[in-house]
Amino acid sequence: MAISRAEVEKVALLARLLLSEAELEQMTVQLGAILQYMDLLAEVNTEHVEPMAHPLEITNVFRGDEVCESLAREAALANAPHRDEECYRVPAVLGET
Amino acid sequence: MVPYDVIIGLEVHVQLLTQSKMFCGCSTRFGAPPNTQTCPVCIGMPGTLPVMNRKAFELALKAALALNCEIPRLTKWDRKNYYYPDLPKGYQISQYDLPLSRNGFLEIRDPKGQFAPKRVGILRAHLEEDAGKSMHDERAGKADSRIDLNRAGTPLLEIVTAPDLRSPAEAKAFLAELKLLLNYLEVSDCNMQEGSLRVDANVNLHVHTPQGTVATPIVEVKNMNSFRAVERALAYEAQRQFEVWQATGKRLGEVPKQTRGWDESRQATFEQRSKEESSDYRYFPEPDLVPVVLSPEEIARLRASLGELPAALRRRLEETYAISAYDSDVLVNQGRALVDYFVAVAEASGDGKLAANWVQQDVLRVLNERQITIEAYPVSAEALGALVRRVRQGELETSRAREVLARMVQTGQSADQALAAMGFRPVDDQELRRLCEELLAANPKIVADLKAGRLKAVGGLVGQAKKRNPNVNPARVQQLCLELVAHMP
Amino acid sequence: MPLWDATATELLARLETGEVSSVAVTEAYLDRIAALDDRVGAFLRVDRQAALAQAERIDQKRRSGQPVGRLGGLPVAIKDVLCVQGEPTTCASRMLADFRPPYDATVVARLRSADAVLLGKTNMDEFAMGGSTENSAFRLTRNPWDLGRVPGGSSGGAAACVAAGMAPLSMGSDTGGSVRQPAALCGVTGLKPTYGRVSRYGLVAFASSLDQVGPLARTAQDVALLLEVLAGYDPADSTSVQVPVPRYTEGLDRPVEGLRIGMVREHFEAGLDSQVEAAVREALRVFESLGATCTWVSLPHSKYAVATYYLIAPSEASSNLARYDGVHFGYRTDERKMLAELEAQRRKLTEAGDQAGLDALDTALVRLYRKTRSEGFGPEVKRRIMLGTYALSAGYYDAYYLKALKVRRLIREDYQRAFEQVDVLAGPVTPTAAFALGAKVHDPLAMYLFDLYTVGTNLAGLPGISVPCGFTAEGLPIGLHLQAPAFEEQRLLCAAHRFQQATDWHTRRPPLEAGAAGGPVPPGSQQGPDAHGTV
Repeated sequence: MAISRAEVEKVALLARLLLSEAELEQMTVQLGAILQYMDLLAEVNTEHVEPMAHPLEITNVFRGDEVCESLAREAALANAPHRDEECYRVPAVLGET
Repeated sequence: MVPYDVIIGLEVHVQLLTQSKMFCGCSTRFGAPPNTQTCPVCIGMPGTLPVMNRKAFELALKAALALNCEIPRLTKWDRKNYYYPDLPKGYQISQYDLPLSRNGFLEIRDPKGQFAPKRVGILRAHLEEDAGKSMHDERAGKADSRIDLNRAGTPLLEIVTAPDLRSPAEAKAFLAELKLLLNYLEVSDCNMQEGSLRVDANVNLHVHTPQGTVATPIVEVKNMNSFRAVERALAYEAQRQFEVWQATGKRLGEVPKQTRGWDESRQATFEQRSKEESSDYRYFPEPDLVPVVLSPEEIARLRASLGELPAALRRRLEETYAISAYDSDVLVNQGRALVDYFVAVAEASGDGKLAANWVQQDVLRVLNERQITIEAYPVSAEALGALVRRVRQGELETSRAREVLARMVQTGQSADQALAAMGFRPVDDQELRRLCEELLAANPKIVADLKAGRLKAVGGLVGQAKKRNPNVNPARVQQLCLELVAHMP
Repeated sequence: MPLWDATATELLARLETGEVSSVAVTEAYLDRIAALDDRVGAFLRVDRQAALAQAERIDQKRRSGQPVGRLGGLPVAIKDVLCVQGEPTTCASRMLADFRPPYDATVVARLRSADAVLLGKTNMDEFAMGGSTENSAFRLTRNPWDLGRVPGGSSGGAAACVAAGMAPLSMGSDTGGSVRQPAALCGVTGLKPTYGRVSRYGLVAFASSLDQVGPLARTAQDVALLLEVLAGYDPADSTSVQVPVPRYTEGLDRPVEGLRIGMVREHFEAGLDSQVEAAVREALRVFESLGATCTWVSLPHSKYAVATYYLIAPSEASSNLARYDGVHFGYRTDERKMLAELEAQRRKLTEAGDQAGLDALDTALVRLYRKTRSEGFGPEVKRRIMLGTYALSAGYYDAYYLKALKVRRLIREDYQRAFEQVDVLAGPVTPTAAFALGAKVHDPLAMYLFDLYTVGTNLAGLPGISVPCGFTAEGLPIGLHLQAPAFEEQRLLCAAHRFQQATDWHTRRPPLEAGAAGGPVPPGSQQGPDAHGTV
């Protein structure tokens, strides 16, 4: 299945990427070629096949409800690119959903 | 009568009462300073992995069982992908196609009869993690938001109802009953002020026209911060939708689903901005967690641990103590501890109806005034029961008993101690007989009235008796005086 | 023989007798790195002082008679995808150039408690996405056997440093072949353990249902030694498994007589280089001479493995890499500049009266995300994020992601059927030996197809090993690929060890001493200013 440039733009927004004109052009060609290759899978009969999301077949892994020490605030915020003494900071998020 | 039905479905999120977060050991305590209850896992740092909190899973399951849901054998987790600064991983761990429960119901009824009792369908209840908090900061002209991740990763139960609710009052009643149920189960404290219960509502109208019933577009209403706000927002929204329908005639499916927020100060809903692409959450199975498989034995064990739930408790109180539906509702809505208190008062006094009155009127008033719970109420159920028993046996007038109870509340004394301290000493029959004889001798006019069958006149004697000795039992005074008059020559 | 040329097992024996000190061994490798790594480019950071201090502490422990851990002061190189507390952990990405995790990966903690010396962080393809290490944001790693060729990837630095004698033991990660493929191209031994055998906690995620940490070393015996330390249940990783960990270093001498080897028919078909095929077939004859039997077996869905893998891995990656948004950690675009640009765009649209354009214009927050991610990620990472986002998006989920999950099950069932007939599966690791730097940079699909023989192992969650089995006429190493049923690492290590006792391919060293010059550097490859730390 080929992918259109408009679709590539839509996916870029969904993935929170901003592609330049040249990148959009190239991405459309490359993704098109890759997706065309993926169409190979269409020939496999998977009618009664259960999807396999994970190689493990284990179940029921839990931890107890025990409180452990949290990071000191300074350690938690140490890697933040923009912060104040208490919080991470971002451009206003009012009114967005 | 409006020419439409309101169709309401609710999406309720409740925080579960665990000590630690859903996937890490950080505390879930409310109100800590920003970003002091986080760790690499709930900050979503590279390389970290989630491990499921067993208690969170069990609480969710208990709630689902109490909501009469089907529990599938296998449940799993999925990632819901979206970008928001309070969601540090860029996805929320949630449940998509195999939630831990489906197809349940919760019964609601209104003792005041605003609506008929009904079962509200529960489409699903599933477990997911909470996000952090965004706070807008206008200081110094900065149009920034500040992010606190203390709440990120707190376990949440999402409960989705069928569109079965037909009025704002029903929606409010559903929320109240749900809150009560989850309180009884100790699954959640459902405190809307602290955000441990949050509600979104989907609302539309079925408008009855001569051409048939027409469904209007569904609107999702958010930002409702109290049950009262839910009721008002839904009432507002129903009226608004009717007006829009009258103006535009737009039907369900003809416009995209709208999201509106409730503005408490303006008492109105307003449109919220949302982008079309934001709803493509790209759910897929969470590869960092494994599924949970439940045996029928485990489900049975959890079901047995639920205890008596509000609906059953109301029925039992009505049947055992012969109290009204209204009384049982008031009592049960106050929580299990108050019901236990009532039951003890009823047993000690031997009169359920009287016990219900005393608990509802006298006890609850003090709890409200003092903003305390029944555990902090100074009078034990046994002490109140003993007092109520005296009232029932006619030893104490109700008004006098109220004074005694007030003293008990103030001092923590028993009924006997309080009565003694208030100068009450039981008056023996000999003494009472003497007093009555004196009064009859001093009041020939009243005696004449009584002899003539004007029995009301005895009240005058009772009044004088109380004046001379406040401890007399008025009923006994009346009885003795009438006896003595009857035996007069 | 110089210290750096010994195997880890030999060095450990000498460390344990006190014949050499950890400081001396560590110093030998540090000197080797100082002498060669300008040309090879295997390391992103080496902290000489810190490494020597660790070695000194372990030596003191030994001198004072305290018990010393299993690795007894051996240096280990760490792929820069594993978190080391307080140290930069970059995943060779601009996005994490300044990221210092406040915690150790479980495997790093295990290395520390086994008294390993952490030698430095090795180069890799950005976020482990690639097969040539050319996708590193910071530097180029060259194949020690031919400096004009790639070392493979994504654990290219991990394999190259072992091949060049710059580390005796090395930690990689394998999502679709990222340990085995560079091991093959660099002529070292590399193991991808069973999914769940080694903790993933602190391994920066690429594709969570496929990722495994794996050891690289010169010999199977050394790999066994390292695996012994790494393997085991970790309560911090829900997908680590409570299966007892054997003493991998014991029982390596068990004969391979009677071992049933299945040659994967589909891995010898068109596309396989004749020199690689000849070397692999010769290796299988060696096994036969040791008493093993070789038969053909089929993995019928092999031809779908690359397509399946390149749908599932990018899908998971698109989600795993969503956290790099410039808010809580990592790179963030210049906010002031971003806001100014956005404002200029808004003005322009307003002046043009373009309401649709205004409606579609990003909010400041969305633009912050988009600029941050576009500047922080390299082209291959962006490509995979795009591919995965697309495969999971509404309307394409069933045709791509879900379809791939179904074929994944068929691929695993192929393996299950094959292992009813044979004990191990054998074939080449790669279709050709190492290719030239830049050769596949502009053809992502060709790069993906190079993973043809290795991705199936990850899709099925099985263990696999790459063992040196010969050289091409140009002197490039060739790897033999062995795969086994889940949790049968011991079987692979034992077979590889017996093979290495019968052959000497693994003992060969690249001709770096001759001072061979580096090959041509392809355009677009970068040399980060902080690339080489404090050697």
